[in-house]
Amino acid sequence: MSNNNNTSAPRDAQWREDLRKRLTAKERTAIARVKMPELDPQYRVTCNEEVNQGINAEQAVIEASRCMDCPDPQCVTGCPVNINIPGFIKNIERGDFHAAAVVLKETSALPAVCGRVCPQEKQCESRCIYHKMKKEPVAIGYLERFAADTERLSGNIAQPTIADKNGIKVAVVGSGPAGLSFAGDMAKRGFSVTVFEALHEIGGVLKYGIPEFRLPNAVVEVEIDGLRAMGVEFIKDCIVGKTLTYDDLHEMGFKGIFVASGAGLPRFMGIPGENLNGVMSSNEYLTRVNLMGAGRADWDTPVLQGKRVAVIGGGNTAMDSVRTARRMGAETVMIIYRRSEAEMPARVEEVKHAKEEGVQFLTLHNPIEYKADDKGRVSTMLVQKMELGEPDADGRRSPVAIEGAIEEIPVDLVIVSVGVSPNPLIPNAISQLETSRRGTIVVDESTMQSSLDDLYAGGDIVRGGATVILAMGDGRRAAASMAEALSK
Amino acid sequence: MNKIIEKEHFSEKVVKLVVEAPMIARSRRPGHFVIVRAGEHGERIPLTIADADIERGTITLVIQAIGNSTQKICALNPGDYLTDVVGPLGKATHIENVGTVVCCGGGVGVAPLLPIIKAMKQAGNKVITVLAARSKDLIILEDQVRPYSDEVIIMTDDGSYGRQGLVTNGVEEVIQREKVDQVVTIGPAIMMKFVSLLTKKYNVPTVCSLNTIMVDGTGMCGACRITVEGKTRFVCIDGPEFDAHKVDFDEMLMRLRSYN
Ligand SMILES: Cc1cc2nc3c(=O)[nH]c(=O)nc-3n(C[C@H](O)[C@H](O)[C@H](O)COP(=O)(O)OP(=O)(O)OC[C@H]3O[C@@H](n4cnc5c(N)ncnc54)[C@H](O)[C@@H]3O)c2cc1C
Ligand SMILES: Cc1cc2nc3c(=O)[nH]c(=O)nc-3n(C[C@H](O)[C@H](O)[C@H](O)COP(=O)(O)OP(=O)(O)OC[C@H]3O[C@@H](n4cnc5c(N)ncnc54)[C@H](O)[C@@H]3O)c2cc1C
Ligand code: FES
Repeated sequence: MSNNNNTSAPRDAQWREDLRKRLTAKERTAIARVKMPELDPQYRVTCNEEVNQGINAEQAVIEASRCMDCPDPQCVTGCPVNINIPGFIKNIERGDFHAAAVVLKETSALPAVCGRVCPQEKQCESRCIYHKMKKEPVAIGYLERFAADTERLSGNIAQPTIADKNGIKVAVVGSGPAGLSFAGDMAKRGFSVTVFEALHEIGGVLKYGIPEFRLPNAVVEVEIDGLRAMGVEFIKDCIVGKTLTYDDLHEMGFKGIFVASGAGLPRFMGIPGENLNGVMSSNEYLTRVNLMGAGRADWDTPVLQGKRVAVIGGGNTAMDSVRTARRMGAETVMIIYRRSEAEMPARVEEVKHAKEEGVQFLTLHNPIEYKADDKGRVSTMLVQKMELGEPDADGRRSPVAIEGAIEEIPVDLVIVSVGVSPNPLIPNAISQLETSRRGTIVVDESTMQSSLDDLYAGGDIVRGGATVILAMGDGRRAAASMAEALSK
Repeated sequence: MNKIIEKEHFSEKVVKLVVEAPMIARSRRPGHFVIVRAGEHGERIPLTIADADIERGTITLVIQAIGNSTQKICALNPGDYLTDVVGPLGKATHIENVGTVVCCGGGVGVAPLLPIIKAMKQAGNKVITVLAARSKDLIILEDQVRPYSDEVIIMTDDGSYGRQGLVTNGVEEVIQREKVDQVVTIGPAIMMKFVSLLTKKYNVPTVCSLNTIMVDGTGMCGACRITVEGKTRFVCIDGPEFDAHKVDFDEMLMRLRSYN
């Protein structure tokens, strides 16, 4: 663990030693974990405002004092990019919020985003020493968000030092978290960076997928503006592989290309009636609402509105869809998931919020058919009840059908959220590129370099559906190795 | 932002726009389409690239004003801008010298047909073009298709121009008269369905170009999905052209009514 190297907040710094003596372990562990202030469920389903309001400075300092500043902090090993977690938390404890943000940014390009959307309960917080004492872990995610937001709202955003321009042009394909963090790191190193985005908005899933009530666009916009200020150029409405070919990029003088095109393709289950009107992918539903403004006055794009909405799946995308449907005015909203709640891949907080908002959870239920009314619009669904069998290869207990236990549920909108496959556009357009059987781009895990010398890749196009922090980490790793290769 | 350079009215509801889009002009092939947005709150609307001029860096779109979004686009004038134009999307038409090709277009479908007619002719095919519309003033692009067609048959529902009858009458006549190696059909879904039923009867391979509802046009949403030979396919990336005899047109017709 490089807890003491390359950081502005090493553990052996005098101020940290002093802080450790400020309170005894007993005093620290006696403090209860902070509660995130949230909008009232009754109110929040009527609007798109962010549910989590963020903790204030006083709460943050108290929460930060719970952290014991362990000599061998396990939280850091739980973080996919090994953020110096005690380093930023101790800065909060001593009241230097700006310095806390600086520590975060040493490792993370998007702390305000990750503080909101990371599954902390499975990562950093799952390793916190407090679990050994049967207590709730330090609220690392809340603190991360606090430090990042405080910096952002202070108007005093730490400007990264930018190396002299080296005249080398690099291209980025896709503007999701992987592409954005790569762009930032390369710009800092003096490269001329151009980001090509297929859609008419910059931000990838952060814009078209994750809803405003969980991740406000303004938070993402600040990051993008920051990159613009660093000289990163964004070209939207440009599909690499279609508008511009790989060869075109070379002709335009790009010496390195980072592909961060995400896992775009929605999966369907292939059951009867899935192409009926009123059955759609979560990507379509969320894109219509988040990117295209469906449901808002003065926006042209429509979206089907349902009174009884079923969302199929148990991941973050399913939770976002079901909570969006609630906000769009649905009276009955249901999650239909074929395993039990314990196996749900969604963040625990999303499940909690969904329940507070009146979402019904039909776990151990699997759709097998959709039926239509006489206009071809979905009107009911048949679901098979399941029970848990033996654990599968991932250790998840696989569901098995209970014979004869089939239920018919009336629905007028179904949102299918059973996963995505890697976007095949780039692999199809660049035939020499090595891909896996699943369609992901094959890279060297330490350098993120593909089978083509000048092409690197990261994020969901390499991992299949993963997380924001992993995508961000890939972008940074690719930047480091591409910069080294191009500087030779 | 893409500037509109030229505008021409083909009929009351059908407008031709020549739009600046140099990168797309260079990379497009017959059969490709673009997605455009008019206004910051506009919808993403798919439109076929009817023609392109690499030197001028322009593409030509032919739009039929149907609902809100196409009306907005048709109301734009030279000097105005489309907020977004992205493409070229979809797979290009497979062009080959197969012998005799019947290209039949209905309504605004003639616009996407034009580049295919051109390419089919240039590949050495004998091209017989059948244009169909409800009445004379809805027949578009007749002068543009003539130079690339060995024969042009015009059909109107009301008999106000060419012959009275449906597009299928025109196509059937040709099939009965001579050996046809391929049919290409572009137009309203209902028209393509009946052309497909007809050519299936005669066993003539038929390609159709589908105009499903779309959002992103890159395979991300599945709004454009249809069933081909029992399998779900996405029109924006697997198409827009398909073997007409394998397409489930009834399902497609139903899905087109999602928002009407
Ligand atoms: C609804 C939803 C909720 C989620 N919630 C969470 C969460 O709470 N926590 C979490 O950690 N993760 C979450 N995820 C997953 C996370 O968002 C992704 O893992 C992450 O965004 C992947 O980043 P990326 O940069 O690889 O790709 P993306 O964010 O998918 O961005 C890829 C971009 O590339 C563009 N593109 C694709 N092809 C081309 C091309 N050929 N040329 C130009 N541009 C192209 C796309 O338009 C897109 O904008 C969620 C995902 C979804 C869909
Ligand atoms: C590949 C392809 C190529 C096309 N090429 C042309 C062309 O060259 N010229 C032309 O005039 N038309 C073309 N179309 C059809 C054109 O996109 C539709 O006529 C247009 O989208 C209708 O929008 P509207 O709001 O004006 O009409 P309305 O009929 O009022 O639409 C109502 C609603 O239905 C939805 N809708 C209906 N059809 C579509 C669609 N295809 N895509 C997205 N949303 C839709 C929209 O959400 C719209 O708000 C093409 C379609 C496709 C898929
Ligand atoms: S339009 Fe979205 S997948 Fe085809």
